[in-house]
Amino acid sequence: MALNLDDIKRIAHLARIQVSEQEAQATLSKLSGIIGLIEQMQAVDTTGIVPMSHSQDVTQRLRDDVVTSDNQRERFQSIAPATQDGLYLVPKVIE
Amino acid sequence: MQWEVVIGLETHVQLQTKSKQFSGASTTYGAAPNTQACEVSIALPGVLPVLNKQAVDCAIKFGLAIDADIPPISVFSRKNYFYPDLPKGYQISQFELPVVGKGTVTILVPASKNTEAYEKVINITRAHLEEDAGKSVHGAVEGMSGIDLNRAGTPLLEIVTEPDMRSAAEAVAYAKKLHELVQWIGICDGNMQEGSFRCDVNVSVRPKGTEKFGTRREIKNLNSFKFMLQAIEYETQWQIETLEDGGTIQQATVLFNPDTGETRAMRSKEEANDYRYFPDPDLLPLAVTAADKARVMADMPMLPQALQAQFVRDYALSSYDANALTSSKAIADYFIATVQAGAEPKQAANWVMGAVSAKLNAEEKSILDSPLSATQLAALLKRISDGTISNNAAKQVFEAMWAGEGEVDAIIDAKGLKQVSDTGAIAAIIDGVLAANPAMVAEFKAGKEKAFNALVGQCMKASQGKANPAQVNELLKQKLSA
Repeated sequence: MALNLDDIKRIAHLARIQVSEQEAQATLSKLSGIIGLIEQMQAVDTTGIVPMSHSQDVTQRLRDDVVTSDNQRERFQSIAPATQDGLYLVPKVIE
Repeated sequence: MQWEVVIGLETHVQLQTKSKQFSGASTTYGAAPNTQACEVSIALPGVLPVLNKQAVDCAIKFGLAIDADIPPISVFSRKNYFYPDLPKGYQISQFELPVVGKGTVTILVPASKNTEAYEKVINITRAHLEEDAGKSVHGAVEGMSGIDLNRAGTPLLEIVTEPDMRSAAEAVAYAKKLHELVQWIGICDGNMQEGSFRCDVNVSVRPKGTEKFGTRREIKNLNSFKFMLQAIEYETQWQIETLEDGGTIQQATVLFNPDTGETRAMRSKEEANDYRYFPDPDLLPLAVTAADKARVMADMPMLPQALQAQFVRDYALSSYDANALTSSKAIADYFIATVQAGAEPKQAANWVMGAVSAKLNAEEKSILDSPLSATQLAALLKRISDGTISNNAAKQVFEAMWAGEGEVDAIIDAKGLKQVSDTGAIAAIIDGVLAANPAMVAEFKAGKEKAFNALVGQCMKASQGKANPAQVNELLKQKLSA
């Protein structure tokens, strides 16, 4: 699979990362290298091997359903750029 | 051309837990903004998710209730998108390996003008655990949006169907059945106003008889069954008209406007759809063992379908009656309590589905708030079956008991509704009626059957409705043929 500059710009947009034309070019060659590596790995026959979703063969520990955190709004909002009436304020979003 | 609508549903069910999916913040509805938004909810750097056992148990419970595959391992993934009410920049969800696999839900589609009531099996594709996002508040501050993250991280189970429904009525019947089931098994409070049960409906149309699905549009966030019906009917009609006018359907997310009754496209899905799912490295695979399933099963109430079968078998009720009586756990409990207090099952069924339901509907009350207890209803029904009062008088007594005027026997006495079953007294009434209505008697003797009913009516009237109608019939027949 060959990447082109449009792919790079689209991926950057999806990740909300601003890239200059120069950076996009540099990223294209780096990412193409990584994709090339993956293509090499895909040549390995993995028939019958169950994909792993984690590097360790262990399972999730669960937490009892208990409320353990109390209201710390004042502390959290003391470092927020803008708040009002307990709400965090962000630039207007309209669908 | 004949068109066929194809519908599939995705339902977000808020699970009944005290704390959030991945943190110990409270999930109580209606708290002041951000007072239940802990460091995990607001996604401070370095925090890690720890999965809630109760939420997992709820998912297992649902899987068992719909007879689904529950795989030994499921995996949490990150669904990436940017929106201010999602501070991490991704939602933790499940993608390739959900906690609940294929299952089925059997719905009962009520009769309509053109069709009889019928049952249909809806296939469930999957159900997966995920977390809710926060809420955006618009308009409070000029040029800004306010963000409340109390809801962020609330445990959800998203239940996805196959595109199995073929009418708005089927879709609503499914949604109602699911709504009832999740409350029945106690995994969701079912509160649609508070957003505990939200439906997204995928609608497409195709020429009847063809295999290939049309392009679908997704109606988002329907929070009432009435709106769901309206939205699907409008959307179906819109798609058919668009295609008949030579247009094409673009895949889109649409919103329903309850004021206009119309659906309107929100955004094109092309780009937004690329969520770049990948397994969340912060969470290990979730294991569900046979022992877990057995533990959850032990805590499971008898399911509506099992109870329905029991009603048909033990009480000789029709499938229709049994279905109606298991439409909610509270109704089923009330019916069972009435029967256990000594009422005859069929009679109890008629009263619970008839007079009691009508009253509750009229007063917009749940059966849990019924002013008439199951024991009181059973006492009333006993007075009908032992002949103390007639069915008609029972309705008056019912009204009085509902209004809190007292217990059944006291009301019967106070209103003088006791049925006259004394043969001598009834005979005396009949004699009086026969003497006063020679014309009717003559008509009856000339072969007019209707005259008999008129005479019965006169007798009932003369007794102020208190004569036992069966005895009046009997004695009148005897006297007329004498």
